[in-house]
Amino acid sequence: MSTIFWIIVAGAVLTYLTRAGGHLVLSRFERIHPRVEAGLNAVPAAVLTTLVAPAAMEGGPAEIAALAVGALISLAGGGMMPMFLSATAVLILLRHLLG
Amino acid sequence: MTVDSYAAPRQWSEFMLGARRSLPVVVAAAPFGLLFGTLAVENGFSTFEAIFMSATIYAGASQMVGLELFGAKVAPWLVVLSIFAVNFRHVLYSATIGRQLSHWTPLQRTVGFFFLVDPQFAEAEQRVESGRRIGFAWYMGLALPIYTVWIIEAWVGALFGRLIPDPHALGIDFLLPIYFLGLVMGFRKRAMWLPVVGVSAVASIIAYKTVGSPWHVSIGALAGVFLGALLPPGKPVREEAE
Repeated sequence: MSTIFWIIVAGAVLTYLTRAGGHLVLSRFERIHPRVEAGLNAVPAAVLTTLVAPAAMEGGPAEIAALAVGALISLAGGGMMPMFLSATAVLILLRHLLG
Repeated sequence: MTVDSYAAPRQWSEFMLGARRSLPVVVAAAPFGLLFGTLAVENGFSTFEAIFMSATIYAGASQMVGLELFGAKVAPWLVVLSIFAVNFRHVLYSATIGRQLSHWTPLQRTVGFFFLVDPQFAEAEQRVESGRRIGFAWYMGLALPIYTVWIIEAWVGALFGRLIPDPHALGIDFLLPIYFLGLVMGFRKRAMWLPVVGVSAVASIIAYKTVGSPWHVSIGALAGVFLGALLPPGKPVREEAE
């Protein structure tokens, strides 16, 4: 088997361990401290933000404008699809106009 | 503890409810699934290896990082370590959502955790927030379309990917940040949302500039989680029932 094959197998095993591991560790405790609970409730916003922030910082006017429009539509109560499609439209349009 | 004693039709409708939630995810992930297949072949992977990676690791960003490093002739153990580093955030997902899965059997959990990708986690958390239980049928209804299409895309991308004329003009490289922003905004009614987002954003940018990618994800995430744990919540926020 090739090197690539073994890289994939090892990567897959470790990835599965991250997906099962958090629960396996936490489930050893009888009760969860309120602060741990509060920290875990912050997980979605905390992790997903790190997938956006550096990309936003590296982005030019088109990218920033797209994210700003997306955020505003979300704040106005738009769902995922309106938000996603409008932001993408702004991105494509501005990239086209700004070259 | 409750026992799953629903009749089969009920399970099926739960499965279909989950499948319906998967549609936007499938659309948003499609360019990346295809792009992965294309880049994999360009970096020396066979079509089989591209499909195999999507089917077993099943984590887009880490697959891209793996490709890039392998293509750059980095030592194999370092490639594996980088994949692990990119995927480390799943530890937090697992600990967070695991609290809601105590009614699942051990086998259901063993299977379910394999599919715990970013949108799977975000959708599941939103379901918890709206006061509903995460059934195994609903969870797999959400997971299986995303997973199946993801694998098919690796195959199609490996075969035809180079036919995409100009990915930059079509904005394909920036769709994922937009999609993740949409997920972040979806949690804006949670306690401490804005401070957590602010601290995670600043910490991840600083880490990105100093320590470098992919560690900025774990560092930024931990900063936000610690803030969430330290600050007293304003008020219990679980009010919205959609």
